[in-house]
Amino acid sequence: MGLLALFRSKPNSASIAKERLRIIVAQERGGRGGPDYLPLLRRELLQVIHKYVNVDPEAVQINLEREAGHEVLELSVALPEKPGA
Amino acid sequence: MTEIIVVTSGKGGVGKTTTSASMACGLARRGKRVAVIDFDIGLRNLDLIMGCERRVVYDFVNVINGDCTLKQALIKDKRLETLHVLAASQTRDKDALTEEGVRRVLDELTAEQFDYIICDSPAGIEKGAHLAMYFADRAVVVVNPEVSSVRDSDRILGLLASKTHRSANGNGGVKEHLLLTRYNPRRVANGEMMSVGDVKEILGLDVIGVVPESPDVLAASNAGVPVILNEDSDAAAAYGDAVARLLGEELPLRFLEEPKRGFFARMFGG
Repeated sequence: MGLLALFRSKPNSASIAKERLRIIVAQERGGRGGPDYLPLLRRELLQVIHKYVNVDPEAVQINLEREAGHEVLELSVALPEKPGA
Repeated sequence: MTEIIVVTSGKGGVGKTTTSASMACGLARRGKRVAVIDFDIGLRNLDLIMGCERRVVYDFVNVINGDCTLKQALIKDKRLETLHVLAASQTRDKDALTEEGVRRVLDELTAEQFDYIICDSPAGIEKGAHLAMYFADRAVVVVNPEVSSVRDSDRILGLLASKTHRSANGNGGVKEHLLLTRYNPRRVANGEMMSVGDVKEILGLDVIGVVPESPDVLAASNAGVPVILNEDSDAAAAYGDAVARLLGEELPLRFLEEPKRGFFARMFGG
């Protein structure tokens, strides 16, 4: 780090890395231990939804929640603001 | 009692073999009987890092196939009397390792009263990596403070929790530890590299050691002398500490801050 660097403000890339990892790790842990068909189910559901609404693939979330005695499959679709956008 | 420790990471090139070699030496230096096994079938490398590549006659797969006895295949280290190396085979046959074969070799080492068996895992999550972790009592997950390494480590933690003998049999699971390598305190201070605390927080695991980035690691592999044996090296001291923690000693982490530099060095770079 030289003299010039003192006057330059850089974005802190370590905190960006940490934030990105926090999100992806949480997401991947959520899918872990679930049935093997979950990724395929997600892809097929996405295709069906796509036939009717033009959604971003990222906007479809599938989570499997385990509670005592039963499992809940949660599907969340964030629809675009303007239909067909 | 024999303890089986897997050194694993998911991602390649983060320092698994360097760590396996140094931890094995560190334990042997404390008088423990240690066998270190290379599970990277087809890509043998532990022998080079240990400096015994010209003494490999029989390998892990030879023992499994009954081509030789375990005793014939174990290479006695020339520096540390209680340390033994079992080299990986160079075969291209992916199915050379079997669960039954690995179990037999580990059982025989246990019967020979080794204190520690270090399993040096290959990268990835294929068969070799699976078998390296399958019988482990403990895992040392080697991670670089870098996004892909951290993510892969988390994947490995998931496998340790679900695809091991201990997890399948409800024996309390595999005890997991994090070991950070290539840690650069100056870059951490500049906000260019995630800190120990960051990695620990993301993975939610105890840190057994932090090895600073050091030219001594390459020098050690060049020479075939595990870096822990270099008495002047910070990396060696860090591995020494990690071994002590593995044995239950409580030591504060060292080398987390850059060595102090003078005023001129800081002002004008370097």
